[in-house]
Amino acid sequence: MKPSAFEYHAPDTIDEAVAALAELGDGAKVLAGGQSLVPMLSLRLAYFDHLVDIGHIAELRGIRNERDAVVVGATTIDAAVEHDAELAARVPLLGRATPLVGHFQIRNRGTIGGSIAHADPAAEYPAVALALDAEIEALSPRGKRRIPARSFFEDIWATALAPDELLTGVRFPVWNGRSGFAIREFARRFGDFAIAGAVVAVQLDGDDRVERCAISLFGLGPTPRRATAAEHAARGQKADIAADELGQLAMSELTDVPSDVHGSAVYRRRVGAAMVHRAWSDAIVEATGA
Amino acid sequence: MPEAVVQMTVNGDATEASVEPRVTLADFLREQCGLTGTHLGCEHGVCGACTVLVDGAAVRSCLMFALQARGAEVTTIEGIAGPDGGLTHVQEAFREEHGLQCGFCTPGFVVSVTAFLRDHPNPTDREMKEALSGNLCRCTGYQGIVNAVRRAVGAEQ
Repeated sequence: MKPSAFEYHAPDTIDEAVAALAELGDGAKVLAGGQSLVPMLSLRLAYFDHLVDIGHIAELRGIRNERDAVVVGATTIDAAVEHDAELAARVPLLGRATPLVGHFQIRNRGTIGGSIAHADPAAEYPAVALALDAEIEALSPRGKRRIPARSFFEDIWATALAPDELLTGVRFPVWNGRSGFAIREFARRFGDFAIAGAVVAVQLDGDDRVERCAISLFGLGPTPRRATAAEHAARGQKADIAADELGQLAMSELTDVPSDVHGSAVYRRRVGAAMVHRAWSDAIVEATGA
Repeated sequence: MPEAVVQMTVNGDATEASVEPRVTLADFLREQCGLTGTHLGCEHGVCGACTVLVDGAAVRSCLMFALQARGAEVTTIEGIAGPDGGLTHVQEAFREEHGLQCGFCTPGFVVSVTAFLRDHPNPTDREMKEALSGNLCRCTGYQGIVNAVRRAVGAEQ
């Protein structure tokens, strides 16, 4: 239960971190808050010759407001995301998802960038990023790029980031108008990874019709997924559309629901449908009242 | 692998030591500082027995490397009580309510609850139970621990 040996690098700036990753190549891994990486190292599920600790780089931390988006720096800890009142107002899903991430001790160290780069299929932040069409900002010796969340999550724990690319921040678009947001998940114990969960964002027009919506699923495949058929079915419909049917429709699109000791694929689909149903209903209530 | 020098403050004392990078903060505190009150149960972030305060925030010391605590102020269970050894409200409440049996998990619970009540002086039962969910106890069934938190809330008011 001890990690294997590695060399430790602690750059003070983003440029130094990118240079270190370029120089060290495939044998290097970025260490942010370590709340996912350190257990994997301790269990010897992973080992690296070099760890590049980005936890002391001040410019990677903090929340920046732009006109239509909020950019959350990679090493902003979950607890900071959880307790930022302006962020809760502009991107309500982040404030609502964060209390579901691990336990409060984990949220004191875990970072938003770390969670998204780790890309656990049952994690909350990747599903929120996917629902909101967030963009992942990355930097490498080849320059900066923004990766849409839709093409970022490639497989279980696998993303579009190149080994020498550093995730520097996540850009969450701000939804305006009559919007509602909700996240629902089911876990056997508080703080556990969800057996299945759903994130919903919905915007209504003046006539109470769904103008815009996003349904994102987690714990129901190797990556978070958008329920595109269910979204399509809901768009343009009145707000009182049958939410239980949306849940069923969302599950009908899935082909690779995991089955493990925590729940069979059949069970996960039932839980997933219920989570979509509840999250959709919560979001509609909020949007209708807005 | 080359060792590196790390400086941090542990229970108020400036500490400087040379450590192998793979040494966790928990192992550093236990083996290099001799502070064995920090317990290691699972060593992968599940049980919470190793909880310490880093710059005031309750964290799992098995999930960070000692080198990551560079420049930090670390408080272990040994640093929770006053300098005269007098018990805090939280420690007294655990004793009064039988919030422990074997005691293995207790340092983690006391540190977590100390930080939680500092930030939430008047918690609801639900907040209390959520805050306790990151620490595992295999003896008590938690009722004594929940009662201890309730008593500590009352004692501080």
